[in-house]
Amino acid sequence: MIDKTIDKSLRWVDDRLGVAKGGRTFLDKIFPDHWSFMLGEIALYSFVVLLATGVFVSLYYVPSAHEIIYHGSYLPLRGQRVSEAYASSVGLSFDVKSGLLMRQAHHWAADIFLGSIAVHMARVFFTGAFRKPRELNWIVGVSMLILGIVNGFLGYSLPDDLVSGTGIRIAYSIIESIPVVGSYLALFVFGGNYPGNGVIIPRFFLLHVLIVPLLIMGLLGAHLGLLVKQKHTQFKGKGKTEHNVVGSPMFPTFMAKTTGFLFMTTAVIFLLGGFAQINPIWQFGQYEPFQISYAVQPDWYMGWLDGALRVMPSWEFVGFGHTIPLEVFLPAVIFPGLIFNILLVWPFIESRHTKDLAYHNLLDRPRDRPKRTAAGAAMLMLLGMTFFASSTDVMANFFALPLKSVLWFFRFAMVISPIVAYFVTYKICNEMRAAEGIGKRKRAVIIERSSTGSYSTVETEPRPGDGHEELEAIPVPAFIDMVPPELATGEGVRRVMR
Amino acid sequence: MSDESSRLEGPLPPAALDDPHLQPLARHPERAQAIAAVAMVVGFLGFIGFGIAYWVTSNSQWQAITLGVGLLALGFGVIAWGKYLMPQGPFVEERHDFHSSEAERDAMTAAITERGGMVVKRRKLLGGLFLLGSTAMGIVLLFPLLRSLGPKPAKDEAATGPTDTSLFDTNWKKGAQLVTVDGREVFADDLEVGGVLTVFPKGFEGSSPDQVILIRLAELGPNDPPYPIAAPGRTEWGVQGYVAYSKLCTHLGCPVGLYQELTQQLVCPCHQSIFNVNSGAIPEFGPAPRPLPQLPITVDSSGLMKANGSFDQAVGPGFWERP
Repeated sequence: MIDKTIDKSLRWVDDRLGVAKGGRTFLDKIFPDHWSFMLGEIALYSFVVLLATGVFVSLYYVPSAHEIIYHGSYLPLRGQRVSEAYASSVGLSFDVKSGLLMRQAHHWAADIFLGSIAVHMARVFFTGAFRKPRELNWIVGVSMLILGIVNGFLGYSLPDDLVSGTGIRIAYSIIESIPVVGSYLALFVFGGNYPGNGVIIPRFFLLHVLIVPLLIMGLLGAHLGLLVKQKHTQFKGKGKTEHNVVGSPMFPTFMAKTTGFLFMTTAVIFLLGGFAQINPIWQFGQYEPFQISYAVQPDWYMGWLDGALRVMPSWEFVGFGHTIPLEVFLPAVIFPGLIFNILLVWPFIESRHTKDLAYHNLLDRPRDRPKRTAAGAAMLMLLGMTFFASSTDVMANFFALPLKSVLWFFRFAMVISPIVAYFVTYKICNEMRAAEGIGKRKRAVIIERSSTGSYSTVETEPRPGDGHEELEAIPVPAFIDMVPPELATGEGVRRVMR
Repeated sequence: MSDESSRLEGPLPPAALDDPHLQPLARHPERAQAIAAVAMVVGFLGFIGFGIAYWVTSNSQWQAITLGVGLLALGFGVIAWGKYLMPQGPFVEERHDFHSSEAERDAMTAAITERGGMVVKRRKLLGGLFLLGSTAMGIVLLFPLLRSLGPKPAKDEAATGPTDTSLFDTNWKKGAQLVTVDGREVFADDLEVGGVLTVFPKGFEGSSPDQVILIRLAELGPNDPPYPIAAPGRTEWGVQGYVAYSKLCTHLGCPVGLYQELTQQLVCPCHQSIFNVNSGAIPEFGPAPRPLPQLPITVDSSGLMKANGSFDQAVGPGFWERP
C-alpha cells in the first residue's frame, strides 16, 4: 500500500521534474566510513542548531541602544538604566520560559560550530583532501570559517553587556588603526566617534541575523553541492582506488547514522546549554564605555587575535605628520589577513611546490607527507601560542608569576615554538615512515620450552578484527530478491537494474 | 527506452537476501535490535519528560536534562540501527572524470571568444561606453552606501562642521567642572590619598571620549606647593595632590580602570598596558605606545574642582590623521 503510494507520487513528480534518475544516484551515493569524516557533520549540525536557537532568541531580543529602566525579574538590576538590547537579553534569560536554555545553547552552538570547523579543516589539511579537484571547496570552507568568526563576534556583541561592549570598543580602535582610511571607516561603521550615535547594535544585528548567515548558507550549499558532485575522498584500503568510492550507501545506512548524529550533536549542545553556564551577562552588567572588569577574554575563536595584540610590542610609527599604530595594525589587521590568505591559497602553494597536478581522491596519511604535516603543525603551534597569550593576565595570576615574565615567554614562544614544531614533526614523520609494520598490531608470540630444554616460538592467531577479511565491494542493489537467486530468472520476477 | 539505457548499463544479477553485503554488522541482530529499541524508548520518555518539565518548572536544568537525554537516546538508537542492522556493504560507486572532452572545451572557448569577439571587438566604442557607465554606477552607488553611514573625521583640530566629527576635540575646556557620572560635583576633599574617581565635564556625564580618571597622590592643601609630577613643565597641571588623566587607553581605547596604589600605576585590563601615574602616565609595560594625555586641573575658592584647559593632544588610540 505505502509502496504503491510512493510509486505513484514519484511518478507524478518525475513526470514534471525528472527526478528519478538523479534521485536514485543520490540514494546510492556512497559514504566512506572513517571517524574523521564526521567532524564536518558536527559543524553542519551545530549550524542547524544555531539557526533554530537563533530564531528563538531573535524573537525576544530588541536590537536597540535606547535606554530604559529595567523592570524585569532579576532583582539586582531593578530600576537601573540599561539599554533595550541589554534588558531584552537579560529578560530572555530570566523571563522567557526556556529562554536561558536557548540562549546558552545558541552560544555553545557557535563555539562548537567554529571548533568543529577548525578540527574538520585540520583533518582536510593533514590528509591532503584539499588537493585537485577540491581546491574550490577548500576555499569555500575557509571563507565559511572567516564568516563564522565574524558572525560569532557580531553575535556575542549584541547583548550590550560589559564584556562584549569592551570587544566592540576594541573593534572600533582596530578599524581606526588602518592607515589613511581608518578613521573614516570607523566613523562610518559606528555613525560617529566611539561609541557612535547608537547605530552599532542595530547594524550588528542586521549583519548577524541576515547578511552573514545568508552568505554562510550560500557557501554551505556550495560546500555540500561540490561534495556531492566531486564525491568523497577515502583512505587507502582494499578495493579503494582513485576511481571509485567504497563505503555504505546514502539510503538507508548513512542516513540513519547521520540523523542519529544530528540528534546527538544537538543533545550535547543542549546539555551544555543547560548545565554549563556561558556568558552570564547579568553578572557583567550593562556596558558603559568608562567601566571595565578584570580578565576580559573574548570567545575562544577570537583568542588568537587578542593574544597577538598582547604580545605585540608598542611600536607606533609617527612621522610625516601622520601616525600609524603598528602596535594595533600589525597584529589585528595584517596578521589575521596573512593567516587567512595563506589558508586560502595553500592548495596552490602546495601544488606549485610539489608540481603535482593529478587528481587525488585517495587521502594521504599525514606521516607520508612530512613537509605538509610539519607546516600544519607549525601553524597550529603559532595559533595555539597566540591563543594562550590572550590569557597572560589570568596565567600570571594563577601561576603567581610576574606579568612581564609571562608576556616575554609568549613573545619568544610565538617565534620559536612553530620552528621547533616544524622540525620535530618532520623528524617524527620520517621516523614513522621508516619503522616497519607501523600501525599494525603485533601478534603475540608464545615461547615454549620443551622437555629437552629447547625453545620454540609459536605465533598466535590474529587478534579479533585484525584478520578480518573484507568483502569485495559491489554496487548498491536496488531490488532485493525474496526468492533464491537460482530461481530468480523466471517471468514476473523483478530484475536488478542499474 | 533510449533515455534509460544511457545510464543503466544492463541488468545486474539480483541481490539475494543472503548476500553477505546485505547482512547486518551485529553478530546477534536480535540483541542489537533490543538495545536500539530500549534507547528509542528512553528517547521517547526523554521528550515526554521535556514536555512535562516545560509546564511544571521553568528550571532550565530540568529542561536540558530531559531534552538532552531524549535527543541522545533517540540518536543513539538510530545510529545503532544504522550501524548494526542495516546493510554495510562494502558498496562501491565509480567516479567519473569531471572534465569535458577536448571538443566540448574548444566549443565553449570558441563560443565566448568568437561570438564575443564578433560583437565586442567590432563595437569597441559601445563596449567602452558600457564599461564606463557601469564603473561610474559602481562608484557613485558607494557614496550612499558608505558616506551616509556616518560623519567623516574633521581634518584637524579646527571647528567641526555639521557632518564632521573631530577625533581631536573633547568637551573639556578651561573652567569645565569635574562631575561624577551621576552629575555630582567633585570637591578637593572628596578623595583620600590613593583614591581614584572617574569624572566627566559637567553636562557630558558618561561620554566616552571625555572620561577622565582623577587620582589623589598626596595630601596637599591649597597653600602647599604643587605635587612634583615628574613630567617636565606640568607641575601646575595637578592641584592639591590630585592629577587627572584621560581614562582611554592609548592602545585600543579600553578604560584604564585598575589603579595600583602601592606602585602608583594605572593598569589597562584589556591588554595589560601599565602607566606610571607618578611620571606623566608614561607606558611602562605592554602594547600601549603613548602616555595617557593629562588634563590640567585646578580648584576654585569654594573647593570645587575644575579643568584648567583641555587635553594637549587627541585622546585614545592612534590613527592616521594624528600628527
